[in-house]
Amino acid sequence: MKTRKLLLGDEALALGAINGGLSGAYAYPGTPSTEILEYVQANPVARERGLHSHWSSNEKTAVEEALGMSFCGKRAIVSMKHVGLNVAADPFVNSAMTGANGGLLVISADDPSMHSSQNEQDSRFYARFAIMPVLEPSDQQEAYDMARYGFELSERLHIPVMVRLVTRLSHSRAVVEVDDEPLAENVLSYPDNARQWVLMPGNSRVRYRQLLADRDAMRDEAERSPFNVLTPGTDRRIGIIASGIAANYVNECFPGGCPFPMLKVSQYPLPKKKIAELAEMCDAILVVEEGQPMIEDMMRGLLDRGLTIYGKLDGYLPATGELSPDSVAAGIAALAPEMKESLVAPENAPAKNVVARPPALCQGCGHRDVYAALNAALGQFESPKVFGDIGCYTLGWLAPFNAIDTCVDMGASITMAKGAADAGQRPAVSIIGDSTFTHSGMTGLLDAVNENTPMTVIISDNLTTGMTGGQDSQGTGKLEEICLGLGVDPEHMHTIDSLPRKVEEMQAMFAAEFAYEGLSVIVARRECIQTARRHAKKK
Amino acid sequence: MKTDIILAGVGGQGILSIATILGHAALRDNLYLKQAEVHGMSQRGGDVMSCLRISSDPIASDLIPRGKADMVISLEPMEALRYVEQLAPTGRIITSSEPFVNIPNYPEHAEVMAELNALPNVTVIAAEEIAKSVATPRSSNMALLGAAAPYLGLPAEMLEDSIRAVFGAKGEKIVNDNLAAFRAGLAAAR
Repeated sequence: MKTRKLLLGDEALALGAINGGLSGAYAYPGTPSTEILEYVQANPVARERGLHSHWSSNEKTAVEEALGMSFCGKRAIVSMKHVGLNVAADPFVNSAMTGANGGLLVISADDPSMHSSQNEQDSRFYARFAIMPVLEPSDQQEAYDMARYGFELSERLHIPVMVRLVTRLSHSRAVVEVDDEPLAENVLSYPDNARQWVLMPGNSRVRYRQLLADRDAMRDEAERSPFNVLTPGTDRRIGIIASGIAANYVNECFPGGCPFPMLKVSQYPLPKKKIAELAEMCDAILVVEEGQPMIEDMMRGLLDRGLTIYGKLDGYLPATGELSPDSVAAGIAALAPEMKESLVAPENAPAKNVVARPPALCQGCGHRDVYAALNAALGQFESPKVFGDIGCYTLGWLAPFNAIDTCVDMGASITMAKGAADAGQRPAVSIIGDSTFTHSGMTGLLDAVNENTPMTVIISDNLTTGMTGGQDSQGTGKLEEICLGLGVDPEHMHTIDSLPRKVEEMQAMFAAEFAYEGLSVIVARRECIQTARRHAKKK
Repeated sequence: MKTDIILAGVGGQGILSIATILGHAALRDNLYLKQAEVHGMSQRGGDVMSCLRISSDPIASDLIPRGKADMVISLEPMEALRYVEQLAPTGRIITSSEPFVNIPNYPEHAEVMAELNALPNVTVIAAEEIAKSVATPRSSNMALLGAAAPYLGLPAEMLEDSIRAVFGAKGEKIVNDNLAAFRAGLAAAR
C-alpha cells in the first residue's frame, strides 16, 4: 500500500531511507541539507526502532561514523551541504577505496546561487574523482525512490553511492507516494573482503585496480537505470541532455511534451550508450545541468571538435547561479528562434518603490552585544583585524557593525588569526560560534596554545547551531573545559554573558586581552533568541 | 485547474503557514502541488518568497516562470511590489497595506501604496488590523489568506477545514482565532 504525503525533497529522501531499511543517519547541519536528519529525528518508525540520528561534530566525523555502520553490514546515510563534503573529503574519497558493506548513501546538497553558502561547488566532481556512482533526483518522488534503490545499488556494487541534491529540490515540497511498510533493517554482518578495509599501500594497490575495473559495472548500472530516460522527439535540430532538476525546467517549457529528443540523466557515471543513441538522433546537443558544467565539459572534451555542443560554456545558459525555467527557456529559444514567443514571456517593468532588504541579526541576539563591545574595544587600536567564521554572526560584516574582515570556511577564524598574528598583526581577533568551534575550531586552537600565539579568540556561544534553525550544538556546557583541556592559560580564559547590560564589562575584558601578548579565549554566552522563544513556548 | 502563487514577506512574518494551509487543502483534494521555500540565512529578517504551484495536472518546475504567476500574496506592501515582474498580465496582487520597516531606506509608504493601487488587479487589506479586531495580530497571515480565497480556485470551506486540521494540535483557541481572521479577511476583500 502507498500513502500520499507532502514532503520536502530532503524529507522525501530521509523517509525513503527509513522505509528502505535504514539503521543510522549521520550529519552536521548545513543549508540546504539540515532537514534530512531532522526528519529522521522526528519520524515515529525511526524512534521506535531507535535508529541513530544524533548530530555529529562535523561532516568528517559523520562520514566516518556512517562508514563504520556500513562496515557492520547495516544501511546508513550521511548528509551534508556541499562545502561540508570538503570537510569530509578524506573519508569520502577513501570510502570508495574501502567500499561499502551495508548500503551507504553520502548525501551532498549543493547550493547553486549561494542562497546560504560561500561558493557554488558541484559535488558530482567529487564522486567522479573518487570513482563512485551518483544519484541525482529530479523531483521529490525520485528522492524518495532513490534512497532504497541507492541502498541496493550500494550493496550490489559494494561501494558508497553519492546522492546529489540541490537547494530547489531539498527545499521544495511536493506530493510523494510513500510505502506504508518499512523494510526490516539489515542484520550485523562483516565485509567479505576484510583486507580492503585496511588501506595500507599493499592492500590499496590491489583494491585500486579493482575499483578501476568496477567502473564498467557502475556504468552498466547507469545504462539500465530507470532514472536515466531517453525520450525520442520529432524535432531533430537539437537533442537535450538534462540532469536532475534541470529536466523539470526543460519540461516546463513544453507542457505538451518536449519536441526535441531528450535524455534525462539522474544516475552516473554517465550512460555512454544512451548518450551515443541521443547523439545519433540529432544534429547538436544542448546540455542543461544544475551547477558547474560537468557533463558539458565531458561532452566537449579538450579539443571540442566533435559534435556541436551548447550549454553554459558558450553562454546559451548562465554560467553562474541556479537554473530557472526562464534561463532554460531563453537558452532553448536561442537555438530554436521561432519558439521564442511561446517560451519567453514579455518582460514586465520592475516596480519603482522597492529596495533591497538584506538579512540581519535578530533583535535580542547576543551576537549583537558581542559586536557592540568588540567594536568599542577595537576603537583604541590603530589597525585591528577581526577574523570571522561561518554562522549567523557572519552577518556582523553588514551594517551597522561592519565588524569582521574575513569569512572563509568552518573554523578558519582561529587559524587565520593565528597566521596573521604570526605575520605580526596586533591585535588579531577571532570570532567564532560555539558549534563552529567544536566543528573545526578546536584543532586550530591547539596550534595557538602550543605557540602561545598573541591573539584573542571570542567564542560567541548561543548554545545552539543557530543559522540552520537551532540544532543541538556538540560543545554545549563543555566549551571552557575543552579550551582549558587544550591548554589555554586559565588566567586568560574568561566567560561573560553577552547581555546589553554587560556590554561595557565585555568591552573592558576584550580590550585587556587584546593588549596581552599571548593567547586568550573569551566565551561570551547567551541563548539564541529563536531557540529561547521556542523553549519558553514549550514551558 | 492551475494556480501559480508567489508568497512574499519578510523572514519571520509567517508566509510558510499560508503555504502549509494551501498544501494541506491541495493534498486532500488530490491536486498536484509544488512549493519552493526559503531556509537558512535569508530567513533572518530579509525578504523571503515561496513559489506555490497547485494544479490538477502534474507540475514540472518547482519555480514559477517569470511573467506567468497568477497571484502574489504578500504580507508586506513593498514585498508585493518586488514580484510585479513575475506576474502574468491577468495576475493579481493580494497584499497587506502594513509596512514592515527594518531597513533605513524603506521608501515612502504613500508612494508604495500609490504604485500598488495603480496596478490593474490589486486587493489591499490591513491584515494585521483586521486580525487584531477579531482575534490576535498573530493571525494576520490567515486574514490575508482569507482575502486571497476568492481567487485561489479552492473553496473557502475547504480552506477552513485545512485551518482546523493544521492548527488543531495547538488547541481550540488558536483554531478559532485563525478561522475568525480568515473570515474577516475574506469579508474585507469582498
